[in-house]
Amino acid sequence: MLIFATMIFGAHINEYYYLATYTILQFVVLGTAWNILGGYGGYVNFGTAGFFAIGCYTTIVLNKIFPMPLFFEMLVAAVTAGLVGLGTGYLTLRLRGVFFSIATLALAIVLQTLIVNWSFVGGARGVYVIRPAISGMFISYVQFLVVLMIGLATFSVFVAWTVEKSWIGIGLAAIRDDEAAAETSGVPSLRLKLIATTMSGAIMGMAGAPFPFYVTYVDPATAFGLAIAVNSIAMPLVGGTAAWWGPVVGAILLGSAQQILTVTISSAANLFIVGILLVVFLTVAPRGVVGIARSLKQRRR
Amino acid sequence: MTANILEASGITKRFDGFAALTNVDFVLSKGERVGLIGPNGSGKSTLVNCLTGILAPDEGSISFDAYEITKTPAWLRAKRGLARTYQIPRPFRGMSVRENVEVPLRFAVGHTSARTITEAALVILEQVGLVAKAELSPKGLTQVELRKLELGRALAAQPKVLIADEVMAGLSESEVDEILELLNRLNAEGISIMLIEHIMRAVMLFSQRIIVIVAGCKIADGLPNDVMKQDEVERAYLGE
Repeated sequence: MLIFATMIFGAHINEYYYLATYTILQFVVLGTAWNILGGYGGYVNFGTAGFFAIGCYTTIVLNKIFPMPLFFEMLVAAVTAGLVGLGTGYLTLRLRGVFFSIATLALAIVLQTLIVNWSFVGGARGVYVIRPAISGMFISYVQFLVVLMIGLATFSVFVAWTVEKSWIGIGLAAIRDDEAAAETSGVPSLRLKLIATTMSGAIMGMAGAPFPFYVTYVDPATAFGLAIAVNSIAMPLVGGTAAWWGPVVGAILLGSAQQILTVTISSAANLFIVGILLVVFLTVAPRGVVGIARSLKQRRR
Repeated sequence: MTANILEASGITKRFDGFAALTNVDFVLSKGERVGLIGPNGSGKSTLVNCLTGILAPDEGSISFDAYEITKTPAWLRAKRGLARTYQIPRPFRGMSVRENVEVPLRFAVGHTSARTITEAALVILEQVGLVAKAELSPKGLTQVELRKLELGRALAAQPKVLIADEVMAGLSESEVDEILELLNRLNAEGISIMLIEHIMRAVMLFSQRIIVIVAGCKIADGLPNDVMKQDEVERAYLGE
């Protein structure tokens, strides 16, 4: 306890806290992005890791052929992942329910296979990335990445909030409840779903773009990691998919729990605890923290 | 000009070899009230699904308000003024009753102001007798109320043609009269209506013309009294 407090309030903040914060923020972004399609529209995407990896490898490729500031690399990653989202959406959104989910999983596997066989980006061996020098404002590159992630998390939450409150969110909610009835009510379901997959994919790609500089070594197994896909689904579900702040709460809750467990017990307990929490929440509070908060609010009235 | 507002010709629809509809022709004139009857499983709902774009017919063509719409997606047909109810109510369960009605107001009609939409929704809920339940979840509604919600949601799309698929099932006699009165009023305002119903009293009272479908084929189409006198109809529909 004493050591813990010294670590936090010590003269200089341990770099570990930056790394932990970065990871949690990254999952705020991924969970929020997943929720635009999965939570609002009811289409469960198992392929988050695929879009995330597109972001990673966009940065890696750009760094090799045409280095530019990370911010621009994130924009290119957003466009690339957004286009892949649009393409997958166009090919798979006529599939319903579990078939769509399997198709997204297949997409991630296809992409992983492509990357594994692409030696320019390191293939299965992986690739080292050298962090550029930092400008004077920041103490370390990691600190810069955390600030960048705070910006991206704010941006993605803002996007999700805007979508939720707009005609897009209302249309997606109608699609989630009953797609045929939505169509009959004039909701252009295919168009709305394509908007959602594109936005969702683009934000996931942006989340992946800074990742190579965070880890400095990327291989397909990390970029396409199971933890990414699982966390991006578990966090919105635990937090609640009905409101923009659900994935944020879920990411902070699960993300911090994972960090604490990694430090105190072992990193292997990581996904284990996610699994347990997911099962507990799905049985006890299927609508997540948002659902609990809403029913408390109703009871008070 | 007494143009046909909705016209289908040669509609054939098969499900895995089973012919649900065979070469069905169908016409609805502007301002007309048509009753569509037939035994359960005769293909009435399949016809409605083809007309509204939920299903694509294997053969045949459909035109609506002088537009060819055979390949037009369902949402665009709704936007152009072709509304329907579902035989088995399909409410948006995550929304309140009012929000259910607001969806077509926003999408099919194209209103953008939240206040206009809410006001219009309440007017429609008043019409179908659900205004007291506006803020409730559809989960708390009875079957009868759910049918009224279906009707309300269809009306909210401000249709030129309304296809009412068994909106009166399970309703009491006085409630049937209430709905009939509403449908007649809508018809007087210029909406063409196709009524699919098992309650013969309602069909006979309401329809200017009756179409009978049996086993996917149209076997009669004419004035209610003439149609009901046909031997074929009597045999197939009302029993030997």
